[in-house]
Amino acid sequence: MSGNRVAGKGRVDVGKSVRFTFDGKPFVGLKGDTVSSALLANGVHLMGRSFKYHRPRGPVAAGSEEPNALIGTRRGPGRFEPNTRATVQEIWQGLETTSQNKYPSLKWDIGAVNDAAYMLFSAGFYYKTFMWPKSFWHRVYEPFIRAAAGLGVSPTEEDPDTYASRFLHCDVLVVGAGPAGLAAARAAAVDGLKVVLVDENAEVGGSLLSEPQALVDGQRAWDWLAAEVEALKAAGVRIMTRTTAIGYYHQNMIGMVERLTDHLSDLPADTPRERMWRVRAKRVVLAQGALEKPLVFHGNDCPGVMLAGSAQTYLNRYGVLVGQRPVILTSHDSAWFAAFDLADAGAQVQAIVDTRESVRDDLLAEAGKRGIRLKIGHTATATKGRLRVTSLRVNPVTDGKVGAGYVIGCDAVLMSGGWTPSLHLFSHTRGSLAWDEDLTTFLPKDTPENCVIAGASRGLWGVEAVLNDGADKGRAVAADLGGTGGETACSVASDRTGTGVSHTELPTDLNPGKAKAFVDYQNDVTAKDLRLAVREGMRSIEHVKRYTTNGMATDQGKMSNINGLNIAADALGKKQPQVGLTTFRPPYTPTSFGAFAGYHRGAHFEVTRKTRIDGWAEENGAVFEPVGQWRRAWHFPKPGEDMDTAVRRECVATRQSVGIFDASTLGKIEVVGPDAVEFMNRMYTNPWTKLAPGRCRYGLLCGDDGFIRDDGVIGRLTTDRFHVTTTTGGAARVLNMMEDYLQTEWPDLNVWLTSTTEQWATIALNGPKAAALLAPLVEGVDLTDEAFPHMSCVECTVAGMPARLFRVSFTGEIGFEVNVPAPRGRTLWEVLWEAGRQYDICAYGTETMHVLRAEKGYIIVGQDTDGTVTPKDAGLDWAVGKSKPDFVGKRGMARPDLTSEGRKQLVGLLTEDHSRLEEGAQIVFDPTQALPMTMVGHVTSSYHSDAVGRPIALALVEGGHGRMGETVHIPMPDRTIAAKITPMVFVDPDNARLKI
Amino acid sequence: MLLITCPYCEETLPEAEFAYAGQAHVIRPENPSGQSDEQWEEFLFIRENPKGPHFERWRHLHGCGRFFNAVRDTVSDKFLTTYRAGAPRPDLASLGGDAK
Repeated sequence: MSGNRVAGKGRVDVGKSVRFTFDGKPFVGLKGDTVSSALLANGVHLMGRSFKYHRPRGPVAAGSEEPNALIGTRRGPGRFEPNTRATVQEIWQGLETTSQNKYPSLKWDIGAVNDAAYMLFSAGFYYKTFMWPKSFWHRVYEPFIRAAAGLGVSPTEEDPDTYASRFLHCDVLVVGAGPAGLAAARAAAVDGLKVVLVDENAEVGGSLLSEPQALVDGQRAWDWLAAEVEALKAAGVRIMTRTTAIGYYHQNMIGMVERLTDHLSDLPADTPRERMWRVRAKRVVLAQGALEKPLVFHGNDCPGVMLAGSAQTYLNRYGVLVGQRPVILTSHDSAWFAAFDLADAGAQVQAIVDTRESVRDDLLAEAGKRGIRLKIGHTATATKGRLRVTSLRVNPVTDGKVGAGYVIGCDAVLMSGGWTPSLHLFSHTRGSLAWDEDLTTFLPKDTPENCVIAGASRGLWGVEAVLNDGADKGRAVAADLGGTGGETACSVASDRTGTGVSHTELPTDLNPGKAKAFVDYQNDVTAKDLRLAVREGMRSIEHVKRYTTNGMATDQGKMSNINGLNIAADALGKKQPQVGLTTFRPPYTPTSFGAFAGYHRGAHFEVTRKTRIDGWAEENGAVFEPVGQWRRAWHFPKPGEDMDTAVRRECVATRQSVGIFDASTLGKIEVVGPDAVEFMNRMYTNPWTKLAPGRCRYGLLCGDDGFIRDDGVIGRLTTDRFHVTTTTGGAARVLNMMEDYLQTEWPDLNVWLTSTTEQWATIALNGPKAAALLAPLVEGVDLTDEAFPHMSCVECTVAGMPARLFRVSFTGEIGFEVNVPAPRGRTLWEVLWEAGRQYDICAYGTETMHVLRAEKGYIIVGQDTDGTVTPKDAGLDWAVGKSKPDFVGKRGMARPDLTSEGRKQLVGLLTEDHSRLEEGAQIVFDPTQALPMTMVGHVTSSYHSDAVGRPIALALVEGGHGRMGETVHIPMPDRTIAAKITPMVFVDPDNARLKI
Repeated sequence: MLLITCPYCEETLPEAEFAYAGQAHVIRPENPSGQSDEQWEEFLFIRENPKGPHFERWRHLHGCGRFFNAVRDTVSDKFLTTYRAGAPRPDLASLGGDAK
């Protein structure tokens, strides 16, 4: 056992030593240790370098509020976690840990030159120092800041761990398993109420773990605790340890992260590393306790300077003396008890320095019994020591005057500036706070959520008060939920109640302008920075926070907020409640991305919808592209083909003979009912009354603003049944829009809407041989122009399958779309493929589909339109039923701006030099005009076209329809391309090829 | 995550099942073509932005699929009530709670 470990103290297992490394050096700790308790047991205080000044730092705390001792932890490849608090990470056999923010080593860090340049890095230094010259920002300042700043180094490998997520519903959730939380859970667990007790630590007990001397109803604290845990289990309370309540969300939903494996040396199989719990509780009891405040004085960040309560925790919970010769520096009674505990454990307490003018007699007597030197009414003005504190300079304060200083040698300074209720989760509820002048802190007041606050987090002090308050609150929430609690009050002997005072910076006789008195350790914010921010005009605490970065570090101001507020209020000459507190936001402690992502990673990040024919495409070498949530075959390259070659081959084959295309992703909506035709008349721009059953029509859907929303071919199967198709990406949106109008504007219409996208597999056959290929397989209809002309639809049998057959074309060739029940899609595809061999059938993908449709001037909504294009702009005026009294978009199209001259209109473009334009490229009329040029439109679609023999493009151009034959210019980085405006239809404008 | 009561399902369910659908009680005129440009602008674009109770539409998208109306306090983010589409505006005073 090392020299700092005290026999008979602590809850660590002295029989089980655990080996781990820190910066490559081997250390031995005990089972139950955290990295920080184990290192302290080995006499190591120096655990990190600060963020801005790279000052040597050791742990200040013993829990999750720790701002300094941030380390990296490693468990083999891919398992590296930066910024882990050494005070929380439990050690396990083989754990590798490293310090951060140092080069070349923790003891000799070159970045510490920043510390010498302290004056340069004061509040707002980002805004001041790097202003000039302007050209330096990109090349010098920003790279320098990015390299030097930041905490830790993020891992670059993929995280090999898995993360889980669960929901949990309960009657009462108790956050914090200290005495208040334990008592609340016990009191609430009556009448079958489902109670959950959660704590971020490895074991429950909270402050009781650091106060073994307390006697609860005559029982020693730890014996009482063990019995209480058994009683809670017996009462059916679910106890969750190593689980942090990270955020309090609407209507009593609490996010919790459970850490399942970070404390284990051997990873169990099939166990996630962390699990995110989304808890919905009828009532919440917040018993988060209180956090100790540091005192603000020059050198208060030297390794070895830490919170007195934390030193007490290291001793009582881990059996570790953080110093053999500590000095206590306090403004609160609580630190006196820490001094007594350390003295009783063998430490040579050098002095108790108390800033107050008088102290309770019993404390003085206890200190006297132990022969501890007392410095009452003193201030601390400096520490000495580089990598570990060696002395504390103290001065008497008389009537506000700081007397001559003298030095007390020591190896630790244990400070206490009093306690702050932990109000983080309460603040997440938008709960209001009330300033308590006696406690010099904010206490919880009202909250819109169903929660109550118990114990130290509402300003109570002492185990007895907290236990009884917890029980009261537990009973109250149980009664609220119809339960009847019956617990009686308990009494606690050897309780350590106390009071204290609060300070801004401690008074000093040294130059305060040169003091490095830290308020926010992690962000290196000093008291001087806060006062400077106020002098430079920051009035709101929110501005002071952002200008200085006080409270913005990963500890979220757990230690710094109240000290920062006290100093800012003092500088502003206002009371604290007039200055206000900045808002605590979730998460309570840093949370891994993995916990938030949960199962949603890799292939599970987003749904990938596949058609029934996807497997065939994959087996036949398709390259895929995502379209909406679908994965669609993009093109089918043969060996050695690049995309351009494959697409050209597919285009040529389709126009020469026959191509086959999987169109199953087309959105499909069945519109049925006696009022179906009236509904269609009102929704779509086109007239539908005269469309005979068995016929199709191109349908155009607009919003009430008059802009194009969607389009698709719509077949009328019977008088009361329409088979509506939508764009692939628009299906859900269109159905939502239809439902909206049907349910809320026209509830009188007798219509039923059903999404049938996934019920049908849709295969398109296009090309001169399409009819010849398909005809022998079709029963019930002759595929002739007379019996089944272009834009016909019929229910029939294809290859023995029930089918809906459409004669439509999105290529300009003779075209059919065969819909069969989805499960039979692949069978039909293979039948057609076999039957097509004699015609050299060619499977084509979405890229070829795009080229073929562009050659015919068919638009793609969302590509050639952008939500500000009217039917007229798109050259689709013919699809608007102007004689209909109303339809969605009719009034919108008549708005002044939609009928004005000079709107951007869809046209074709042919480049003079036969180069292919870039989609999205901007268009100008006069390429010689001065910069910035007036842009008059952009290229929406652009492809190479073998059918035309040159590249073609579609573009939106101001007044385009009236500019046929004119030349426009497309400025590119290296040159300007001239292009001629043409009609949109490049191939077969007379539609001769649509005839069989 | 909010909890929302669907007035058709008569169940209180998590927000993830629902989709917001804009301000409620914006009625599409009987004869849009008879509307002046100003009236049509009002219908299309002009919306309330109250600090306090807001009448709004939601759809139980991943449930019954029905659109319904709600009153939500934009300060507390609490639903004061939900009611079926077509039902009249509830009287705010009767909702109590945070409605002022």
